[in-house]
Amino acid sequence: MSAKTLFEKVWDAHVVAPETADTPAILYIDLHLVHEVTSPQAFSELRERGLRLRRPDRTLATLDHSTPTLPADASGERPYATAEAKAQVTQLETNCREFGVELHGWDSADRGIVHVIGPELGATQPGMTIVCGDSHTSTHGAFGALAFGIGTTEVGHVLATQCLLQRKAKTLAIHVDGALPAGVGAKDLVLHIIGEIGVDGGTGHVIEYRGAAIEALSMEERMTVCNMSIEAGARAGLIAPDETTFAWLKGRPRAPQGAAWDAAVAYWRTLCSDEGAVYDREVRIDAAKVRPTVTYGTHPGMAIAMDKPVPAARNAVEKRALDYMKSEPGKPMQGTPVDVVFVGSCTNSRLSDLREAARVLRGRRVAEGVRMLVVPGSEAVRRDAEREGLHQVFTAAGAEWRVPGCSMCIAMNGDLAQPGQLVVSTSNRNFEGRQGKGARTVLASPATAAASAVAGRIADPREYMTEAAA
Amino acid sequence: MKPITRIHSRTAVLADENIDTDRIIPARFLTTTERAGLGKLCFNDWRYQADGSDNPAFPLNQPQARGCAILVAGRNFGCGSSREHAPWALLDYGIQAVLCSEIADIFRNNALKNGLLAIVLDEAEHRWLLEHPGIELTIDVREQYIALPDGGRIRFQLEPFARHCLLNGVDQLGYLQQHGDLIDAFIREREDREAAIHGRTPQQDQSRLAGVTP
Ligand code: SF4
Repeated sequence: MSAKTLFEKVWDAHVVAPETADTPAILYIDLHLVHEVTSPQAFSELRERGLRLRRPDRTLATLDHSTPTLPADASGERPYATAEAKAQVTQLETNCREFGVELHGWDSADRGIVHVIGPELGATQPGMTIVCGDSHTSTHGAFGALAFGIGTTEVGHVLATQCLLQRKAKTLAIHVDGALPAGVGAKDLVLHIIGEIGVDGGTGHVIEYRGAAIEALSMEERMTVCNMSIEAGARAGLIAPDETTFAWLKGRPRAPQGAAWDAAVAYWRTLCSDEGAVYDREVRIDAAKVRPTVTYGTHPGMAIAMDKPVPAARNAVEKRALDYMKSEPGKPMQGTPVDVVFVGSCTNSRLSDLREAARVLRGRRVAEGVRMLVVPGSEAVRRDAEREGLHQVFTAAGAEWRVPGCSMCIAMNGDLAQPGQLVVSTSNRNFEGRQGKGARTVLASPATAAASAVAGRIADPREYMTEAAA
Repeated sequence: MKPITRIHSRTAVLADENIDTDRIIPARFLTTTERAGLGKLCFNDWRYQADGSDNPAFPLNQPQARGCAILVAGRNFGCGSSREHAPWALLDYGIQAVLCSEIADIFRNNALKNGLLAIVLDEAEHRWLLEHPGIELTIDVREQYIALPDGGRIRFQLEPFARHCLLNGVDQLGYLQQHGDLIDAFIREREDREAAIHGRTPQQDQSRLAGVTP
């Protein structure tokens, strides 16, 4: 048998009908994650056609995008941004009840951002196919699952048949050699990678991240890297499962138990690209060269080490992006005054991210005039963080500690920045208006976000980490 | 879906590269539970001024761009969020085809499933079209060419299944359902393996869902 890539192994194991010149493959889906924004029209379609769910037991829903991050008032009323947002949430509750889908709603101790709770519950496992009506489904690739975002029509396909019509993607190996320097993290790495290969560098491909620097990452960090694969245009990102993966999954509510665990791990160990497997493309990245990295334009490919000068615009679109951001060519982003700092989103809202931010903030204060929002990714993260007292570190520093949700990552729940404000954000998209009309987004790591909050300007977190350690 | 064989229209041009789906329809409008009526929100933050009037700087607000059903867009159109609201909004706005040298995967997929022609062209042809807004084109889906006013033709390739579905108005969910037996057989076989691999039997799955009946 010829050598296979990890992607090919997972793909092959899920082909119900192979692709032909005229027809795409029918691909079986192991886990379907659902949220309130991209599912209502799909449920309506099922209702109109008189269909039921093919596998409600492989479908998991949560509320995250339109949900308020301020707590309910004394009467239990939640401060929704609009009546429509509330109606959308109610609609998902109704749909889940009617179609028998397990929903992690307001009353669930596990509610949270869809890409945070899947792994947390152990529902995300190596070798699975996972889809969601959400492009950051690529996050789950950190476990060696083939995970990708789909549109609402396809959400309907999966609800009704547990399958999708798919053409096989090409493969792109990104080898990250060496080790990341101290104080430089996964977010810096992935921004650096997108800066290198471009926002369309992965189009049509599934990326497999490999190499020593990837193997050294924790699961949380791997999720941060895979999460941003879509920002390079890739269908999905993958990392081969290893001991780090197994240790992280063991004992989670939905992970296999007992003898089944051993059988699962034995299978998971086979999920790596074979020696001699051929990728359609390969790219090499030197981890040692990565520095604290931020974006300076209006897409994630416009990323650069914060101490390096912003490059000149190469065309009218880049010029417009720089003008929108008020970024000055020839000047570094470091030192740019900051109005808002957001720590959260499926990219960076897990416990380790909050610890990273807290490490910088402990004993310090958010600069005068800067608003800082910390939004945990899930109820579980919130509980764990509060158990460690991280929330007190944040509130003592003057930051707001919120209820889990997508919040200012997508700014559709009322958490948003004002026109012209500069936001240092740990989320994944710096598109024009993404965090509020006219808002200027600078993507960064949690450590950079926290350091910038303290300095009131975009700041190198390494300076703050050394002080904290001393 | 209605079959689509030909589209005839003048072109409108949005030359910016990397026009993301947040720009096509901003996230704050995604609280809708419908797919209809999104055309008025299409390109909202680009198209209107603060007072709600039309932004004269938005290329599609130019008189000659009004009513154009073919959009020539800068490279990597539709990147970012997977929201299908983007093709819904474009279609409702009146766009029936997007021509581009590169179109983001999820957007292209979503577009074709809704009968919005997402057509990828060579860079040279794409550049030429970007430089010649307002020309009359006929897109022939069956023969896969674009007819130029001077009689010239630009060839393109659609994924064969997508083309078949467009031409015949095939309902893809219906197509999947026709393979129901195959899918059932796959699931039965897989459930046995899943019990070993993922450590849970179908019965356990059922009991986990006890009390929730569809
Ligand atoms: S946190 Fe942001 S990117 Fe992640 S699922 Fe929510 S809106 Fe999407």
